[in-house]
Amino acid sequence: MNRKLKERLVFNLLRGCAALVVLMLVVILGYVVVNGVGKLSVDLFTQDPAPNRHGAMVLGGILSPIVGTLLLMLLVLVIAIPVGVLGAVFLVEYWGNSRWARLWWLVVNNLAGVPSIVWGLLGVALLVYYLNFGLSLIAAGMTLSLLVLPIIMVATREAIEAVPPSIYEASVALGATKFQTIRHHILPYSSSGILTGTILALSRAAGETAPLLLTGVAVNASIPDGLFSKFQALPYYIYLMTQTADRSAAIPMAYAAALVLILIIVGMNLVAVALRNSSRKKYRW
Amino acid sequence: MAVKLKRSKKAGNAEEGTAKVLLFACALVSLLTLGLVFIFLLGNSLPFFQSNDLWAFLTGKVWQPFSDYPSYGVLPLLMGTILVSLVAALIAIPIGVGCTVYLSEIAHPRVKQVLKPVIEVLAGVPSVVYGLFAALVLSNWIADLFHPLARLNALNGALILSVMMIPILVSVAEEAMNAVPGSLREASLALGATRWETIRRVVIPASLPGIMAAIVLSVGRAVGETMAVIMATGSATQFTTSILDSVRPITAALAIDVPESVAGSMQYYSLFAVGLLLFVITFAINLIADYVLARYKEAYA
Repeated sequence: MNRKLKERLVFNLLRGCAALVVLMLVVILGYVVVNGVGKLSVDLFTQDPAPNRHGAMVLGGILSPIVGTLLLMLLVLVIAIPVGVLGAVFLVEYWGNSRWARLWWLVVNNLAGVPSIVWGLLGVALLVYYLNFGLSLIAAGMTLSLLVLPIIMVATREAIEAVPPSIYEASVALGATKFQTIRHHILPYSSSGILTGTILALSRAAGETAPLLLTGVAVNASIPDGLFSKFQALPYYIYLMTQTADRSAAIPMAYAAALVLILIIVGMNLVAVALRNSSRKKYRW
Repeated sequence: MAVKLKRSKKAGNAEEGTAKVLLFACALVSLLTLGLVFIFLLGNSLPFFQSNDLWAFLTGKVWQPFSDYPSYGVLPLLMGTILVSLVAALIAIPIGVGCTVYLSEIAHPRVKQVLKPVIEVLAGVPSVVYGLFAALVLSNWIADLFHPLARLNALNGALILSVMMIPILVSVAEEAMNAVPGSLREASLALGATRWETIRRVVIPASLPGIMAAIVLSVGRAVGETMAVIMATGSATQFTTSILDSVRPITAALAIDVPESVAGSMQYYSLFAVGLLLFVITFAINLIADYVLARYKEAYA
């Protein structure tokens, strides 16, 4: 009886841990939603941030930060996704489980754990100064691309490895070459998994702030007119609003921008989850 | 006909070769990236180490790169990182492991369906939003409870970091617990053990390496986290061991000082030396986690 009682006690404790985790999410998101929702208006999405009479950018809307973040995501989509997906395809399909491939994946896994600020340092040293891009949208976009590359590669690997080997064998047995098999069978069947990884990588890029601080985000930048202009970004705007002296005007803007950022990111995450679930129904091996 | 077939095969071979080279080039980017990180961190911190003593850098208690009489002691920054990450780990490990055990062993499938997305969303919330919450809400709660001298302090950073560590810890550790074969649990239950006894004596020992790796990985995340830490800890560059003082961890120092410094100046090089230190620490942490996981996977293969 004593043992049963102990079990009940411990189980309730563990249940409490889980409840605490749920509570954390509810409280944090709750604060952002409750404090941010009142500021949502048409002006918020159609105006650039504007200075008040002390020069703090607490007036206007958040158009240029939103556009800046979307442009960064676009750059990551164009640069990192093809390189990451094709690179992972090579490692899985051509090198398989060889010793070199395993070592290579060790490197990729470790790259995924490199702090974002270190990517920022690489961005400054390599892109901003060595390649002379200056503080610019392209330097930040490429830095973020390097940052999410390992995430895309790992997701692609998992998606490809989920395709049963019999599909590959059947295709090769019918005389298809390796590349034909990859193009017509492996990639289509793993595409929903790859897409899920892509979306998650993009949402990660949208929320990153630290590398932007070093590579060209600017307080008063409007919508960039080229790849080499400075830019604003949503997460940086949030950071800026918490550092401003005029707290009564800045804090509601910080919450509103955080709400918009969360809506973008959570929205993308939900799409990724939905895709994953629908593909599970579509293919049953 | 035969000739035609031969030619198309040749064309196919050429295509095959080009594709392979192209894919290889894409894969190479990842390896190249690691090389570039090494080269540029080392290259830019070399001028600093040539004119400054490595020992003074590692043990100096004053970090004032922009002063007229600059001092490059990294200890205040290192201490800030250690203080914040250590306390965060002490909070996150029990809650995270408890949540993992509940999720993997106890929770009803329907509860799981809610809990797992919650943890995924928690992992997806950008660090700047956590920082916002810490700076505007959590700091007030701490001020009411402990009356610290600094409104933004190390405890604030540690608490918000612990929230950020939990989703990583849970997702990696849960995978390890799921990998424990069901037959082990059934054998234990059949011998008359209760479910809790089975968890404690069978499931947890069997998945311990995975749990350890999860803990190590989440600590790595805490050490490398930047935005939440800047916004939560107040960024005072003092050497302190008090959890209620304001601190500036390594990541915060990099994010704040690099944009201020002029490229090619000694401040700039000193910051790359700090970056190199951070990179070495996190890389070592990740390698340890990889090693533990690899050993553990072999055990169950």
